Amino acid sequence: MRIKNHPILGFKARKTITFTFDGKTYQGLEGDTIASALHAAGVRKLSESIHRKRPRGFYCAIGNCASCNMIVNGAPNVRTCITPLEEGMDVRMQDGKGRVE
Amino acid sequence: MKTTECLIVGAGPAGMRAAKRLLDAGAEVTLIDRSDMLGGQLTKQTHMFFGSEKQHASKRGIDIMQLMIDDIVNHPKLTVIKNATVVAMYKDRVVGYVIGETYHRIQANAIVVAAGASEKAIPFENNDLPGVYAAGAVQTLMNVYGVKPGHKVLMVGSGNIGLIVTYQLLQAGVEVVKLIEAADSIGGYLVHASKIKRLGVDIETNMSVKRAIGKDEVEAAEIWRLDEAWQGIEGTEEIIECDVICMAVGLAPLTELLQQMGAKIMYVRELGGNVPVIDKDHRTSIERVYACGDMAGIEEASSAMMAGEIAGLSAAVDLGYHVENYEDDVARLRHELSNLRDGPHGEKIRLGLKKLGVLS
Ligand SMILES: Cc1cc2nc3c(=O)[nH]c(=O)nc-3n(C[C@H](O)[C@H](O)[C@H](O)COP(=O)(O)OP(=O)(O)OC[C@H]3O[C@@H](n4cnc5c(N)ncnc54)[C@H](O)[C@@H]3O)c2cc1C
Ligand code: FES
Repeated sequence: MRIKNHPILGFKARKTITFTFDGKTYQGLEGDTIASALHAAGVRKLSESIHRKRPRGFYCAIGNCASCNMIVNGAPNVRTCITPLEEGMDVRMQDGKGRVE
Repeated sequence: MKTTECLIVGAGPAGMRAAKRLLDAGAEVTLIDRSDMLGGQLTKQTHMFFGSEKQHASKRGIDIMQLMIDDIVNHPKLTVIKNATVVAMYKDRVVGYVIGETYHRIQANAIVVAAGASEKAIPFENNDLPGVYAAGAVQTLMNVYGVKPGHKVLMVGSGNIGLIVTYQLLQAGVEVVKLIEAADSIGGYLVHASKIKRLGVDIETNMSVKRAIGKDEVEAAEIWRLDEAWQGIEGTEEIIECDVICMAVGLAPLTELLQQMGAKIMYVRELGGNVPVIDKDHRTSIERVYACGDMAGIEEASSAMMAGEIAGLSAAVDLGYHVENYEDDVARLRHELSNLRDGPHGEKIRLGLKKLGVLS
């Protein structure tokens, strides 16, 4: 899902970043957010809605809507569309509202 | 608690220009943004801009953004706080923001709010499925992160944003199956529309989405024709095979923070929804708090830049700085703004500003 050729934008070669999503290993690129890396890897469902458990993806991609909330390194309600991807991150699908430990 | 002389919320074109004016006047400025990058909406605008020559029309949005960043970023009196989301604003100008999981507070002598807008959605069955994305999100994914939103896109909305994002999808090598519009005519500039028509994208008016189809994500869309009352006509349904439904159906100002602070708010449909009540110098109803850019009424980058400058100048003067040529500068900016809002495309915004009491 990465753009290879673009008439205006030159996408430089970027370092790969390894992370896990629901325990499985994935790779993103330096400069990615968690959501952009998952999307590039073909993962579009990021969570389930609180009451009816309907699939949720991102909507705004700029941190406005909370549609992309996931559990990151144990912390729930992380807006993955504006959170930079980091090496070794543990990303999980969020079910419900999340709990404060 | 940290303190600052002037806090600017939002580092889009409006916020950055306000910062420039305040720094020039001698003020100490803190610029805060929830993103990792400065530039707001401009971070993803790869197209040549329309708007005012003086505000760099015909340059690309991303290049205009770089000019604005270079203009301020090394200034010794500027502090930039990134990845920080403002979540609370109080009347005494105490502002709360979150970085990661930590809450911080800062007290400011003056605040310019330039938080921009959020994208609207429209109701239809399954509009919450992954694959139903806002146009700005599609643009961010492609132009900032280099990721395709999908393989086949149905574009909804023919305003400039819908037209431009369609073009950018084609540039990224993504197929746009169709562009549909609920109104009976194309909303954006015809030059943009002709360009994408020439590239083979079918534009249909009086059409909307009936439902999205798919289990865990969008697999197709059902569209239908609308009557004059914008109601779907049974029997006109058509299935469009696509994995993305891209919503370019307008923006709404992000007024919540000012609302929370107790600033006077007014609903003005022509400006995109709830907007802060401001005077022509961009002062809100709260002392030394200013609003500008899309969050004070949906317009465009050129006007956001000029409005940002006016807001910055007002803040500088209210903070007691002597601004060289203040009167001339403000008069010139107002004049340029009114030129920009001239003509049929500016009609809506003129009407909105009249309702708000900014224009007579
Ligand atoms: C597809 C598209 C094409 C466009 N084409 C043109 C064009 O050709 N010509 C033109 O003139 N205009 C164009 N525009 C419009 C233009 O981009 C916007 O009008 C302009 O960017 C508005 O500037 P702003 O500074 O008000 O807001 P924005 O650019 O939206 O910036 C707001 C900033 O505030 C930050 N923010 C918001 N809330 C918070 C918070 N709570 N805490 C911290 N930070 C926050 C955001 O992260 C953002 O950086 C286009 C827009 C789009 C979407
Ligand atoms: S998609 Fe809207 S906040 Fe992340």
